[in-house]
Amino acid sequence: MYGIGLARGMAVTLKNLVLVNRMFTVHQYPDRKIGPIGLARRSNTNVFAFVLKKPAESIKALVGLISVEDRYPQHPRFRGEEFSWYEQRCTGCASCAKYCPLGIIKIVTERSGEAVQEGEKYGIEVFDIDIGRCMFCGLCVEACPYDALHMGSGFEEGTYERKNLVIDVERLKAAPKRPSNWFRPQHQGKKYDPRGESALDWDKAGRHEKPSLDEQTDRWAKR
Amino acid sequence: MPIQTEPITINLGPQHPSTHGVFRLRVTFDGEVVLDVEPVFGYLHRGTEKLAEERSYTQIVTLTDRLDYTASMTNNLAYVRTVEKLSDIEVPERASYLRVLCSELQRIASHLISTGFLMQELGTFGGTPLMYCFRERERILDLFEMLCGARITLSYMRPGGVTQDAPEEFWGALNILMDEMPGYIDELEGLITTNEIVLARTRDVGILTPEMAIDASVTGPMLRATGVQWDLRKADPYEVYDRMEFDVPIGSVGDTFDRYFVRISEMRESVKIVRQCIEQISPGPVRSDTPYFVRPEPGEAYAAVEAPKGELGFYIVSDGGISPYRCKIRAPSFINLTVLRDLLVGWKMGDLVIVFGSTDVVLGEVDR
Amino acid sequence: MDFLTLYEFIRDRLPESLDLEWLAFGIAASTLAFLVFNVVISATALYTWFERRLLARIQSRLGPNRWGPFGLLQPLADVLKLMVKEDTIPDDADRPLFHLAPIILLVPGLMVFTVIPLGDIPFENGSFLGRLNIGVLFIIGITGINALGVFIAGWASRNKYAMFGAMRAVAMLVSYEVPMALALTGVVIMAGSLALTDIVIGQNVIYLVTQPLGFLVFMTAASAEMSRTPFDMVEAESELGSGFNTEYSGIKFALFFLGEFMAPLAAATVATVLYLGGTRGFDPIPGQVWFVLKAFLVILGLLWVRATWPRLRVDQIMGFAWKGLFPLALFNMFLVAVEVLVFQDPVTGAISSGELWMIAGINWVLTIVAVVVVAQVLGQKRLKRPVPVPSPLANMNAGSE
Repeated sequence: MYGIGLARGMAVTLKNLVLVNRMFTVHQYPDRKIGPIGLARRSNTNVFAFVLKKPAESIKALVGLISVEDRYPQHPRFRGEEFSWYEQRCTGCASCAKYCPLGIIKIVTERSGEAVQEGEKYGIEVFDIDIGRCMFCGLCVEACPYDALHMGSGFEEGTYERKNLVIDVERLKAAPKRPSNWFRPQHQGKKYDPRGESALDWDKAGRHEKPSLDEQTDRWAKR
Repeated sequence: MPIQTEPITINLGPQHPSTHGVFRLRVTFDGEVVLDVEPVFGYLHRGTEKLAEERSYTQIVTLTDRLDYTASMTNNLAYVRTVEKLSDIEVPERASYLRVLCSELQRIASHLISTGFLMQELGTFGGTPLMYCFRERERILDLFEMLCGARITLSYMRPGGVTQDAPEEFWGALNILMDEMPGYIDELEGLITTNEIVLARTRDVGILTPEMAIDASVTGPMLRATGVQWDLRKADPYEVYDRMEFDVPIGSVGDTFDRYFVRISEMRESVKIVRQCIEQISPGPVRSDTPYFVRPEPGEAYAAVEAPKGELGFYIVSDGGISPYRCKIRAPSFINLTVLRDLLVGWKMGDLVIVFGSTDVVLGEVDR
Repeated sequence: MDFLTLYEFIRDRLPESLDLEWLAFGIAASTLAFLVFNVVISATALYTWFERRLLARIQSRLGPNRWGPFGLLQPLADVLKLMVKEDTIPDDADRPLFHLAPIILLVPGLMVFTVIPLGDIPFENGSFLGRLNIGVLFIIGITGINALGVFIAGWASRNKYAMFGAMRAVAMLVSYEVPMALALTGVVIMAGSLALTDIVIGQNVIYLVTQPLGFLVFMTAASAEMSRTPFDMVEAESELGSGFNTEYSGIKFALFFLGEFMAPLAAATVATVLYLGGTRGFDPIPGQVWFVLKAFLVILGLLWVRATWPRLRVDQIMGFAWKGLFPLALFNMFLVAVEVLVFQDPVTGAISSGELWMIAGINWVLTIVAVVVVAQVLGQKRLKRPVPVPSPLANMNAGSE
């Protein structure tokens, strides 16, 4: 009415400009510029003491030449790009390949020529996951009956050639295993954080035993 | 001597800053007045229904994420309910509450996008309301990341329940967000609803009458803005909506402003529903025992949910195998688009973009 | 320092016999032009940075902060980018006019700065161009050339969308010149002369307080002249194309951009001189600092408006100009004229401060009355929201429950 609504809109804008908890909801990735005040705060000193102690760095920070890393951490359940594969557990059953909606996983196991005993594993020749076409839905992780395949936790897999995006079995074996907690309640129960801590070896990554219905009812507590 | 004028047909092409996605509109103008509108779409067609015939029932969940990519949970829910109806799978109660919680959170996020983009087209340069809406939507997406590891293409639901239970930190963050959300919606309303310029541009523009809406089977906030009381959550309650108390906002005139206002009011009701879910939820399993490859009996089923854009329905015909024989998707944005010509003819060029924005069309759904 | 003193200074230095007055003239003129040009363009570049940062902070995000400390070199990066872009010229464009249009748009903004009195009272030198005793008329006339520049740009592009946009822009610009000029007559009547220096001297009580209606009308009309939100349908990309500068790229586009960002600075300085008292201020702080502070406040106001409000439709803009601002400006002019007639001392022609405050009081009340009346005429009833009544066509409680 008569311009009062317009003034109310301007009050909202002013509030967003002035209030401190509305500012800077932006996370810059992967690094952000930092000034002398921020540098002093990071080294836990007074601003003036910092400027006196390290004048060259303060001037460089003031001019805008210093940047610090600022990687916003994802939740441990984040479905990342690199896959964590425990070869000691994988039997080559290819459930993950069968369950993938896009048909990305390619598994070729070697023929042993004899009847396979129970408890033995197929030797795996080829285990390719093409993350150039993967949509990271996690159905393969859901399908694995032995908890051998886990989602990764990173997303910085950019390369210059598309064929480098195919993860082959050597790379899967060699990579440090930082499994995401998605669909793996045993990691979550141990509060494993893939972004922070070290890699998880296969003997420390537990197996998930499916509980009975009563246990299901009791175990997932309310909050 | 009368001046001879000629109508001109121009192309609001597939690449345009204000069509929501790749959408082409061939408009015939006489000066500034719109004479005829011909929508051309299909630029985002990915063959979802055909692909669904080749995938198993659980794999199709990932396909349904990408239909209305701004509201992934409700797509999943509609599909999963249809499969459960087809194969008589029971869903545990905690899963039902989680589903309703996620649907309502997703409704808030989707309406935030709709409101933000409507204001962007009205011309707030650089998009102050857009940025505010996206800032709050980020918090909802952070909650989703805690829940299922992804932000937009969630594939959280499965026939038989949901994938995983929520971690403990989820409930704390959810409570904080729900406490702050009504104050935040008030602020957004203070910026938009009483603004005279917004009112002058959206009041009495693009009026849709109830008869026209029902004839064209328009659903969702567009229908409710015309004054028709129809919401699937109340008319045909599914999941645990019959235990929730909430209102269904309706509009009065059916113009652009009413459509926007219905969406903002629905956001407040969604907050109420989420709070009730948090109070009523009880411990239990979140997924019933279904095999990886679900094989329903031969038959057909149709189930619909109240998606943020309207009534989203899946019609699945099964022949007993692991994939459906036919999966037909009733996309609300596609059906809501059919009234576009009636909404736009006779209005001016400046109203074109706003009315189209208020119909809240997402091309992923229209083209499938 | 104004042109005359500089000219005489140089002429006195040159040897008398060689009759080199034209050289003195040339040197003085080019020095002043160089100074004004550089200072104003640097100020505009800084203003683009400031605007982007402040808009971003309002929107809870950061503005440009990569280039240089706090992103201060961002305008430099923008200019470099625009300079190395290809300068496309349409085949059947009207070449001389095509090249001329950005210049026509840029120069009036620069010329406004040359008549602003920046010295201290009593202004023995006036502004850069001296004591111009038709200052207000000069400003109004010069800003009218903007419309010409826009139209030439649209015409020379031979592009029907550019022409379309340019015609709408010209219609808007021309119709907003009328309320702007009428609002300024209020100032002129109260000050008694057209010279900007006299207007500043006459503001014992600043004209913002004594003529709020005039200030409102002037700022609104100036916003529209600069095509700023809420009147920026000229550059509305969500409608057709990009308006009159569709076919321009490279450095010509940079000139358009520059002209567009120079306009708020010019309008702010003019508003400061005419309505906020120019270089008047309290003693320990020099007058120039007061001037910058006041202009800064006006710019902040313009930016704040830009961040918050959406834009009006074309016919609504024209309606607002002719049915809203024009009557208000006329009313303001008559009101000020009547008051000056009543309160002015017939001998000296001055109005005392006490009477100015009385005028201020009367004017504020009448401003509110006038705005309410005009708002009613423009259609407030349409903005009220009716109570929703459920339609009987579909009732979700009728069937199942």
